[in-house]
Amino acid sequence: MPLNKFSQHPRLRILNVSKRFGSTLALDGVSLEIDSGEVHALIGENGAGKSTLMKVLSGAHQLDKGSLELDGGLFTPSDPLYARNSGVAMIYQELNLAPDLSVEENVLLGREPGKLGWLNLKERRRLAKDALEEIGQPDLPLDVPVHSLTIAQQQLVEIARALVGQPRVLIMDEPTSSLTRVDAENLFGVIDHMSQRGVSVIYISHFLEECQRVASRFTVLRDGKSVGSGEMVGASLNEIIQMMVGREVSEIYPRTRRNIGKVVLEVSNLAGLAKPKDVDFKLCAGEIFGIFGLVGAGRTETIRTVFGLDRLAKGRVELFGKEDTNSSPIRRLAMRVGLLSENRKEEGLLLNRSLADNLTLTSFQSVSYFGLVNDALQITTSEKLISELEVKASSASQPVGELSGGNQQKIAIGRLLHHKAEILLMDEPTRGIDVGSKAHIYRLMNELAKEGKAVLFVSSYLPELLGVCDRISVMSRGVIVETRSVMEWSESEIIEAAVGFSNTEGVAA
Amino acid sequence: MNWSRLSSSEFLKAMRPFVGLFLVLALFALDSELRTVFFKGSNFKTILTQTVIVAIGAMGMTLVIVSGGIDLCAGSVVALASVVAAKLIEYNYGFLTVTFGTIFVGAIVGLFNGGIITAFRMMPFIVTLGMMGIARGISKWLANNQTVNPKTPLDSVNQLMDNSQSPLTFFPLPDGVWFAIGLAVFMAILLRRSVFGRHVFAIGSNEDTARLCGIRVNLNKVLIYTLAGAFFGFAGVMQFSRLTQGDPSVAIGLELQIIAAVVIGGASLSGGAGSIPGSVIGAFMMASLANGSSIKDWPNYMQEIIIGIVIILAVGMDKLEPLLQRHLNKQKH
Repeated sequence: MPLNKFSQHPRLRILNVSKRFGSTLALDGVSLEIDSGEVHALIGENGAGKSTLMKVLSGAHQLDKGSLELDGGLFTPSDPLYARNSGVAMIYQELNLAPDLSVEENVLLGREPGKLGWLNLKERRRLAKDALEEIGQPDLPLDVPVHSLTIAQQQLVEIARALVGQPRVLIMDEPTSSLTRVDAENLFGVIDHMSQRGVSVIYISHFLEECQRVASRFTVLRDGKSVGSGEMVGASLNEIIQMMVGREVSEIYPRTRRNIGKVVLEVSNLAGLAKPKDVDFKLCAGEIFGIFGLVGAGRTETIRTVFGLDRLAKGRVELFGKEDTNSSPIRRLAMRVGLLSENRKEEGLLLNRSLADNLTLTSFQSVSYFGLVNDALQITTSEKLISELEVKASSASQPVGELSGGNQQKIAIGRLLHHKAEILLMDEPTRGIDVGSKAHIYRLMNELAKEGKAVLFVSSYLPELLGVCDRISVMSRGVIVETRSVMEWSESEIIEAAVGFSNTEGVAA
Repeated sequence: MNWSRLSSSEFLKAMRPFVGLFLVLALFALDSELRTVFFKGSNFKTILTQTVIVAIGAMGMTLVIVSGGIDLCAGSVVALASVVAAKLIEYNYGFLTVTFGTIFVGAIVGLFNGGIITAFRMMPFIVTLGMMGIARGISKWLANNQTVNPKTPLDSVNQLMDNSQSPLTFFPLPDGVWFAIGLAVFMAILLRRSVFGRHVFAIGSNEDTARLCGIRVNLNKVLIYTLAGAFFGFAGVMQFSRLTQGDPSVAIGLELQIIAAVVIGGASLSGGAGSIPGSVIGAFMMASLANGSSIKDWPNYMQEIIIGIVIILAVGMDKLEPLLQRHLNKQKH
């Protein structure tokens, strides 16, 4: 691997790159330079052009204007294989492993050493071992099928595979989105190690704290343009956020005065089949009530049980002052209780159906006459919601899967609005979406509470809970450990409560 | 439907079966012999009559496929229904009893399919594969493993598929064609505009979302398979009328023709996409191909090869489209 750290050429130079899809200019004259061994954070909202730029680099898309240089030579990735052979490797957000093949087979997938189609097994083992050693994971078992590993280990396998090609530039797209904090920390160690070896890394993430931890420089994209770049050291997060969204941070967590009303949902001794074990809470009209917990604490299961999606083993649920324990989504929806799934792609949305169908799915009746859906009414109803929520879409009949994550989430929330839900159970409503959409959703939650609706906000991101909620409960191992008003919590107290009774276990749960 | 609101890709998808049909007809028009014999009102009457059975089956199958399922027992149910119709005629029942009795038997088979699929959370492929054998077996058992020829024919049923009246003109069309057209209109509205239809699309698009949104997924599935069974039963009445006898070994492999028509018509086997007009056009296109081939006196094996190629081409248009669009985008700059 040529380590030309002192040559006058940067490792990768992106010069004035533009790319157009139909009427939208996805990239508009983006330029940036990355030195060898540099870890460069690429920051931007969804739809800012990050993925397009990465797809241009990895050869999945061809650029319209501009040029790319790799170590001073012209770099024209015409397809992914070309990019890979030139030393530009990409690790996608979703894992791309063959789950039934072994670690060793996965690491060398597509680059199996051998002659005339016959594998050289010894050589393969050596190469796989080297790759794992290089990322500091020599203990990873080579012969077990990949599906038996943890997600974090699978991610490492994927990185090891990228390293087999001796890459000069490694592109990582949201690599920590499914990792626990401890595993993420390990991953950062691997990235540090690779950068010392002279591999340049382009690191894409929504978590700015992570970018700060791992990257030395950054570039912010907005609307397909590079709007700022610089050294990570000394840059303030607020400035970066401001570049991303083009507005002040204080506007992200708005707080309006609201009147907290009667209890509308009361849950006592609730238990599901596995989780939760024993949960009590009250939710009032006009309040935003947060539930915090680590992965596996049982937050999602709690609200799914309340909503009737998961089986209830024992306990009692009171809705608007009346007992209504046994339930189903149909009954809950009829009582104006709505649930926002944490998993908008797998559960939340009909990706190949239109925005209009997705928005009106729970209450087609409201846009129908005599069992027949009135298209015109459905479209105008939807268009109203789409403009209220500032969803970027070409029309109400566009398939929702074509939108960016933030806009998809707005549609999923829009369904609760169209249903006129009085109680909104929102599970990780801001997961994996851009800062601008997040701010919009916080604002919306505020408005809903002000109108007297009850919002239950489940999240594993503390700053947003502290910024938005009136009260916060902390869950740990299927039980609500403590509930306090937001003023009485500090961040460290919440984490202590979430980790449980002793500080030694449970962090990686 | 408001066409201006559709994006170009949706528009192309909606037009796919029509484009396919147009291509087939255009190719036929190039040939002088076909030009004179194929493009005649009387011949179109024949093609329409030959379309009826597959088209009616395709209406039921479209429901199933859009909901994300599959029904492999369609052919067997058609055979069973033709035997049941023959038996009912033997017992001297009238038109309504024979028709609805047969449809009822088809619906019962569908009810079992849907019930087993939802109650035991089994794959539709497996359940209907099993039912394919069961229905075929029962029809042979009922018919004593031979054709059933009612001694006193019931004219009203026999005339359903009889296109021998006025053989030189397009009109009058046999009753079966009118029934098929009427059903197609009804089903198109049901699938595209009714709340039930939207729920079918929702279930096929993402069952979990449907459940989350309070759609009675299991109940809807049972309904869908039952309705599909009823359609196969009605197709069986047409099958009886075509042969004027109940035949337990008829319509072997018909389910695959029906599925092909639905897929040519724009449905996706993974669910959530498809349309009744598309499926009916798909059925008509396959009948046209068969008809054209027999006019040209192409051997049977040639027909089979051509229809196979057309199925792949028709569905492959989906894959061609992104290439086409990339090309168009390039030209814009």
